[in-house]
Amino acid sequence: MDHEAITDEPVASSAPRPTSGTATTDRATGEPLVELEGVNKHFGALHVLKDINLTVRKGEVLVVIGPSGSGKSTLCRAINRLETIDTGTIAIDGQKLPEEGRALARLRADVGMVFQSFNLFAHKTVLDNVTLGPRKARGTPKKAAADQARALLDRVGVANQANKMPAQLSGGQQQRVAIARALAMQPKVMLFDEPTSALDPEMVNEVLDAMVALAREGMTMIVVTHEMGFARKAADRVVFMADGQIVEEAPPEEFFTAPKSDRARDFLSKILPH
Amino acid sequence: MDDYFAELGELFERFNVVGAFWTNIQLTFWAALIALALGTVLALMRISPIASLRFAGTAYVNVIRNTPLTVIIIFMVLVVWTLFAVTLAPGFNDNFFRLAVIGLAIYHAAFVCEAIRSGVNTVPVGQAEAARAIGLPFLAAARLVILPQAFRGSIAPLGNTLIALLKNSTVAAAGSVSWETASTMRLMIEFRPDHLYLIFFIFALGYVVLVIPIGVVTTWLSDRLAVKR
Ligand SMILES: Nc1ncnc2c1ncn2[C@@H]1O[C@H](COP(=O)(O)OP(=O)(O)OP(=O)(O)O)[C@@H](O)[C@H]1O
Ligand SMILES: [Mg+2]
Repeated sequence: MDHEAITDEPVASSAPRPTSGTATTDRATGEPLVELEGVNKHFGALHVLKDINLTVRKGEVLVVIGPSGSGKSTLCRAINRLETIDTGTIAIDGQKLPEEGRALARLRADVGMVFQSFNLFAHKTVLDNVTLGPRKARGTPKKAAADQARALLDRVGVANQANKMPAQLSGGQQQRVAIARALAMQPKVMLFDEPTSALDPEMVNEVLDAMVALAREGMTMIVVTHEMGFARKAADRVVFMADGQIVEEAPPEEFFTAPKSDRARDFLSKILPH
Repeated sequence: MDDYFAELGELFERFNVVGAFWTNIQLTFWAALIALALGTVLALMRISPIASLRFAGTAYVNVIRNTPLTVIIIFMVLVVWTLFAVTLAPGFNDNFFRLAVIGLAIYHAAFVCEAIRSGVNTVPVGQAEAARAIGLPFLAAARLVILPQAFRGSIAPLGNTLIALLKNSTVAAAGSVSWETASTMRLMIEFRPDHLYLIFFIFALGYVVLVIPIGVVTTWLSDRLAVKR
């Protein structure tokens, strides 16, 4: 039954809103939330991010698309400093990313991250996975954290798995728990790095549906994905990356139907079904 | 034949073999506790984001692991106690015992550190990244996410370290803990060289009996507690 729990409809109104309430429906005019300026990153001799300038506004849903090795994951990871950058600045809600220590940990708590390989804490139950952050990083009391976790698990349709270990869940269920875990920190922005590409095809939709619902509620999202259905349904803007550069930016419909650059046309011809 | 057993009984009355083993068990127990704590701290240092801590942890392990245990034990007695007059207990024997415990712990902490580090390597990097991503600072991520999984992955090498520690506890003889097994065995041989083989056999058997359960228990534990992924 889990697989039907999520639909495209707006989520149950009983669930608490994850955002701080500042989200606006008028996305074009929202304040800048994530700002990257002149970001460069090398892995040894390899220049993976080349002078990236990018602004994501409050409530905006940005899809990042591009060929393998173009630097999408690195970009995503740089935004919560799982990867350091060489030059340039990255700011979240007007605050520059701290270098190290507690200030960085605090800022990371405001940036939710969902990984391709879920990365649920393997030694903790589903419920404990979701309550760990609020309890240990925010000091939320146990009972309050558990109540909130159950509401979030319910919202992504895995409430009945709360006491299981991650290894007992399907990939789709694990990824939805991972989304709940990130939401439990009430982040300002959510990063998704190919959240469905490690999933069996029949589980992709249950995860995408949870993400669409989240987008509709006004969560600011940066999503690396090749799922065009998701981009069309939920994205405000598509950014196309190739060789570490942002080659093209456009609203999804425009990007998929009339890409301007050769690189994008070439890429789309390879991933689009004919 | 009766004579033989009578002599043996006399030998055991004169020398407290069970007490000697008990001494080594106690040395091992306390040294293991301290080594586990110190080794965990060292492992944390070696995986920490702070370069100077990583360096200090690595230096400790490389220096201590490559120093003979006998040298460390003698150092505890001749330098720490004789030269710097550090006294850990009022009685002579208690003091030597504690110095030996500390020496054993210092030495084996290096091996505990490496055992835990090998356990850390069994934890996928994604676990640490997920912990950092939800805003846990390094120590919280280590304590709540990495070490609990790393310990389960390091039970077998920790068990091997414990076995080595138990056998190495006989080196306490070099630190004047003269009532432990190796010293007792030598006294017994000096007293009854005609029973040489039997005395050897008794002590060897004693260690086998102590060591085998450690291996069995750690193998069982590491299977039982393995993290399912
Ligand atoms: N830790 C690392 N060390 C060295 N090189 C790396 C590292 N991580 C990534 N790279 C390289 O940097 C480049 C960009 O990698 P990145 O993972 O950001 O690409 P991507 O766009 O996410 O690709 P994919 O679609 O395959 O996930 C690749 O060439 C990759 O091999
Ligand atoms: Mg990637």
